[in-house]
Amino acid sequence: MATRPLLSIEGVGVTLPTPRGPLVAVDKVDLTLEAGCTLGIVGESGCGKTMLSRAVLQLLPKRARLSGRVTFDGRDLARLPAEELRRLRGPELAVVFQDPMTSLNPVLTIGTQLVETLQAHLGLDTAAASRRAAELLAEVGIPAPDQRLRQYPHQLSGGMRQRVAIAIALSCEPKLLIADEPTTALDVTVQAQILDLLAREQRRRRMAMILITHDLGVVAGRTDEVAVMYAGRVVERAPTPQLFTNMRMPYTAALLAAIPKLDSPPHTALPAIAGRPPDATRPMPGCSFAPRCKYADGRCQDAKPPLVDPEQAGALYACWHPLGRGP
Amino acid sequence: MSELLSIDGLNVEYHVEGRVLSAVANVSLSIGKGETLGLVGESGCGKSTLGRAVLQLRPPTSGKVRFDNIELTTLDGEAMRLMRRRLQLIFQDPIASLNPRRCVGDIIAEPLIIAGVKDKAEREKRVREVMLAVGLDPDNAMGRLPHEFSGGQCQRISIARALILEPEFVVCDEPVSALDVSIRAQILNLLEEMKRRYGLTLLFIAHDLAVVKAVSDRIAVMYLGRLCEVAPTARIFAKPAHPYTALLLEAIPVPDPTVRPASNLATGEPPSPLDPPSGCRFRTRCPRADKTCADLVPELRAVAPGQFVACHHPLTEG
Repeated sequence: MATRPLLSIEGVGVTLPTPRGPLVAVDKVDLTLEAGCTLGIVGESGCGKTMLSRAVLQLLPKRARLSGRVTFDGRDLARLPAEELRRLRGPELAVVFQDPMTSLNPVLTIGTQLVETLQAHLGLDTAAASRRAAELLAEVGIPAPDQRLRQYPHQLSGGMRQRVAIAIALSCEPKLLIADEPTTALDVTVQAQILDLLAREQRRRRMAMILITHDLGVVAGRTDEVAVMYAGRVVERAPTPQLFTNMRMPYTAALLAAIPKLDSPPHTALPAIAGRPPDATRPMPGCSFAPRCKYADGRCQDAKPPLVDPEQAGALYACWHPLGRGP
Repeated sequence: MSELLSIDGLNVEYHVEGRVLSAVANVSLSIGKGETLGLVGESGCGKSTLGRAVLQLRPPTSGKVRFDNIELTTLDGEAMRLMRRRLQLIFQDPIASLNPRRCVGDIIAEPLIIAGVKDKAEREKRVREVMLAVGLDPDNAMGRLPHEFSGGQCQRISIARALILEPEFVVCDEPVSALDVSIRAQILNLLEEMKRRYGLTLLFIAHDLAVVKAVSDRIAVMYLGRLCEVAPTARIFAKPAHPYTALLLEAIPVPDPTVRPASNLATGEPPSPLDPPSGCRFRTRCPRADKTCADLVPELRAVAPGQFVACHHPLTEG
């Protein structure tokens, strides 16, 4: 029997009702993630990357409609009773959100929040949970953990709060950690520290990780595979080294080109992507990127390119006119 | 290049819970006519406060700001009001900086009204011109409200509003930080184009060295209210002299999987500006720090032509 992936997302769609009609936030996405591997999901605001992660966590807004199937460790999450889902989140499936100020409870001490998690999921007694809480804070690089446990989130810096959020997420040794823009709210020197911490803990615990970001630079050195999303769909997906050496989808290439390069001279004009992402309440018959794509022709306007790997190169792309031929 | 703006010994202090927070400490800088100076630092380093103090929006506690040989800190209210036509500001959050209840045409025309342009036809003509310049379609956009536009389009509206009086000097305070990558490049290119077209001098504030590089002639790096380093853009990337500049450079995520991310390069986080370290404010995170750094505040000094560093143990010497 072939090994079954830890997480498999099959034909997942998320639709949100809006006054202007249904908004297709995620459009028939297929993804798989093996145990212990890291997947980067890259895209700009509104591309559906966060909604997709919420679909995996079964934390979608109440009015959202989910289609397709999310299977985690052999279980169909959409069909799981609420009680079983609750037991799954934490010990097996954990998340770190973008803003550590809003994801931590402002009126409880750091210690209370960590101890609460450890007691609820691992059944530790208060003394053992307190000891473990201090150990966890030390593991995520927080100095003087015993003092920090008695502090409230507002007494910590943004970087320290994110370390606490990571400590809580890691506290029950999850099999999968979803980090949703974990460093976007942080300064650049602190961002590097937090990404290092996530990478170190991911390897040490052999945990699978989904790293969601808008920055191709963040996923480049830190993931095994990257999926690029645009307008609710995965438009390119490849092992990380392959994605960067042989980009097929013009959107991915344009996204990379738009990042200022450190080795180009000052005042170099950036190759900007003209226009802006489409309105998700107005589905298009063709490729969603076509209106901004310099290679687009009539076919791109009329028919949506499927996400395929015609050359059997291990890399998928959704484009009628892919860049570069051959592997 | 003739000097347009000079800042001399500028201090800005806030009073927080009975204590003094020195947000900008003894900063001296000059900006030449037609130059773009990038000002870089992490949150809380005082870069936005410095930008506002230059425009006298946050009056400096002490120090001088001279613009075109006019001392701004001693101007009275009316004189400063007239001076503001020549000095403008573009904010970080393009949506929050636009009045949600007013249509775009009125928002862009407002500075003209304040400046006393009474002729409505003249105002509309100038609004149309500047909208076309920033890439907005006047016929389509003038009557609409800000919420009907995306973040990038709102930033174009903000830029149009800042440029309509044809200012000489514009402070851009993190103008692209809230924007997506693909839109960010559009706005950076637009600012470059506007600079040429209107002959602007810019103070470009950002936390991202890569973004600043794309538009700046020179870069100034700030840490906890003090200047660490000032140098021509190419020089600061090739040969940073201050350990903090080097740290900022190494921390930029490179979109290339063959480049191993630098690890363990930065220890700790910036200390509270309410309680800055003695001597060099960066010393608590600096691998080169010794006793001198704790005792003596390093003064900005030249290490290469045009390159100034405030460090007792710079990475490059003379």
